[in-house]
Amino acid sequence: MQLVLEKRAERSNTIALVSPLIAIGLTIVTMTILFAILGKNPFLALHAYFIAPLTDAYSLQEIAVKATPLVMIAIGLSLCYLANAWNIGAEGQFLIGAVAGSWIAVKTQGTDAGAWVLPAMLVLAAAAGALYALIPAICKVKFGASEILTSLMLVYVADLFLDYLVRGPWRDPQGFNFPTTAEFDPVATVPLLIDGGRLHLGSIITLLVVAAAAILLGRTIKGFEIRVVGAAPRAARFGGFNANQLIILTFAVSGALAGLAGIIEVAGPVGHLQPGISPGYGFTAIIVAFLGRLNPLGILIAGLFLALTFIGGEQAQIAMKIPLDVTKVFQGILLFYVLACDSLILYRFKLVSPNRQVASGTH
Amino acid sequence: MELIEAIILAVLAASTPLLLAATGELVTERSGVLNLGVEGMMIVGAACGFGGAWLTGSIFIGALFGIVAGVLMSLVFALMALGLAVNQVATGLALTILGIGLSGLIGAGFVGERITPAVHLYIPGLTDMPLIGRVLFGEDAFVYFSIALIIGVWWFLYRTRAGLILRACGDNHVSAHALGYPVLRIRTFAVMFGGACAGLAGAYLPLAYTPFFIPGMTAGRGWIALALVVFSSWRPGRLVVGAYLFGAVTILQLHAQGWGVGIPSQFMSALPYLATVIVLVLLSRARTGGSTAPAALGTVFVPDR
Repeated sequence: MQLVLEKRAERSNTIALVSPLIAIGLTIVTMTILFAILGKNPFLALHAYFIAPLTDAYSLQEIAVKATPLVMIAIGLSLCYLANAWNIGAEGQFLIGAVAGSWIAVKTQGTDAGAWVLPAMLVLAAAAGALYALIPAICKVKFGASEILTSLMLVYVADLFLDYLVRGPWRDPQGFNFPTTAEFDPVATVPLLIDGGRLHLGSIITLLVVAAAAILLGRTIKGFEIRVVGAAPRAARFGGFNANQLIILTFAVSGALAGLAGIIEVAGPVGHLQPGISPGYGFTAIIVAFLGRLNPLGILIAGLFLALTFIGGEQAQIAMKIPLDVTKVFQGILLFYVLACDSLILYRFKLVSPNRQVASGTH
Repeated sequence: MELIEAIILAVLAASTPLLLAATGELVTERSGVLNLGVEGMMIVGAACGFGGAWLTGSIFIGALFGIVAGVLMSLVFALMALGLAVNQVATGLALTILGIGLSGLIGAGFVGERITPAVHLYIPGLTDMPLIGRVLFGEDAFVYFSIALIIGVWWFLYRTRAGLILRACGDNHVSAHALGYPVLRIRTFAVMFGGACAGLAGAYLPLAYTPFFIPGMTAGRGWIALALVVFSSWRPGRLVVGAYLFGAVTILQLHAQGWGVGIPSQFMSALPYLATVIVLVLLSRARTGGSTAPAALGTVFVPDR
């Protein structure tokens, strides 16, 4: 007997709904084994990861704060992936957005610039992120260069550029030689939603982005074009949809959202520009996009879940000395299971005996 | 003269991990599979390779550890992309994310430890020759092996029946299947070969390049290796040229930093990455007439039964 993959007559909607849940379940089983191998009590570890952060108000806010950039970036990426355009350089677009927005904050530092500063920072960051994402998009459309490789290479370039700025021209003179800018002025800071809390305006902006994406994909012609170009490129060509134009558009939108997420992170929770402002948000957002089935609402839920693993990972490190890298392993395994379970939407397993396979080979 | 010799030696050392990883990926892609997880397989190979050498004191066993780790990682990819017909781009990305986490976990135990790096060949007389002596007869085993490997791959792909079948799978999996070749099995072996090469390339870094392990030490070399395969138009000969050119860019920027050229070091460090983008654009542009990529590259194949 042999287990083989067979295409389903039509996609299974039941599996489409439950596959993320199966994936999370399988991941938790795998993590239990991994914790046991590391010599940690798996139940305490899982509690620290998934339950403890949900039990106090501070951690709950922190989850929302961490989910904010993840969801915002993942919404943009989902548009790209739906259109079959592979932007994997969101991390770089995030950093460039952070740098561009910080430019205004640094230049207006200590002046009596008014309330226009923050909106200007947000707009500039989104524009810079979009422009940075347009580099791989144009290289793809005009010259046929793989957008996967070029967008990824530009992550390293953005990282080095940020490093140069905070160690060179933008370094805080009173910063004891640390590679960081001075703390941003209040007019250049994202306002908090609750005094003394952690939640900030960025979370509201993210919710608006989710709603806008849901309308775009579900209710507009453009959204329809994006989905058709990705799912059925031949049909899209017959329909007269311009695939190249959509690559440019989806890259620009996802770059703008990543850039916006970057400046919100810097002008919000961090408060100044420094290296290491992102614990890999741009890459984790790829997982968020897939776990959320490239669907805006799904991405919102998936983003909250992955934010939980960041916070849980930190708490597990403090409480149980579990290395932070476990969080990355967790995220990688989760993506594997999500993709594997997704395969069952289109295919199913079938047991065949090698003999019968030959006999029935004609139909 | 000594400076030129030192630069050539450094270029060879910097190019070797690129050449090794790209050789493996070339074979994988020739069979029609796009494994974007090279960076992940490399970094796990680096962690396991260093661990093996540190525990046993043997560079050879360390290299074996790296190879085995790379193969195991590639098997995860094969199970997903070939066994479950999952999108190869997404699977490759997942492999890299997983690999970066795993390597941190594995390597946490020996960050800060040092080992004796791989010995260099020494033949009295030959190695002492000026300029070319050490370049030709004074390298470590990895450098010679990487060159032998790419020659072997060239011979396999173009001079053996098995190589022809492998290329057939990459160009048209439906026809290869119709002729009775086990497409998925052949591709699995090609993916495993890619994993072995990436694991060895990763292990080279802590075993021969710098005698210690730091998290993230592959620093995008896996991605550059992927770009090199595109650069080579999927041909072994051009791959060698490309790998040494990129090694040269890396070393050039390091020396330029040393000479105190008035450019900030970060801009020089960005050079290899920018060079990759520019090369990809120029090459893709030059090839507008028709792609030289394996025709079935990156497409899902589920055999009809």
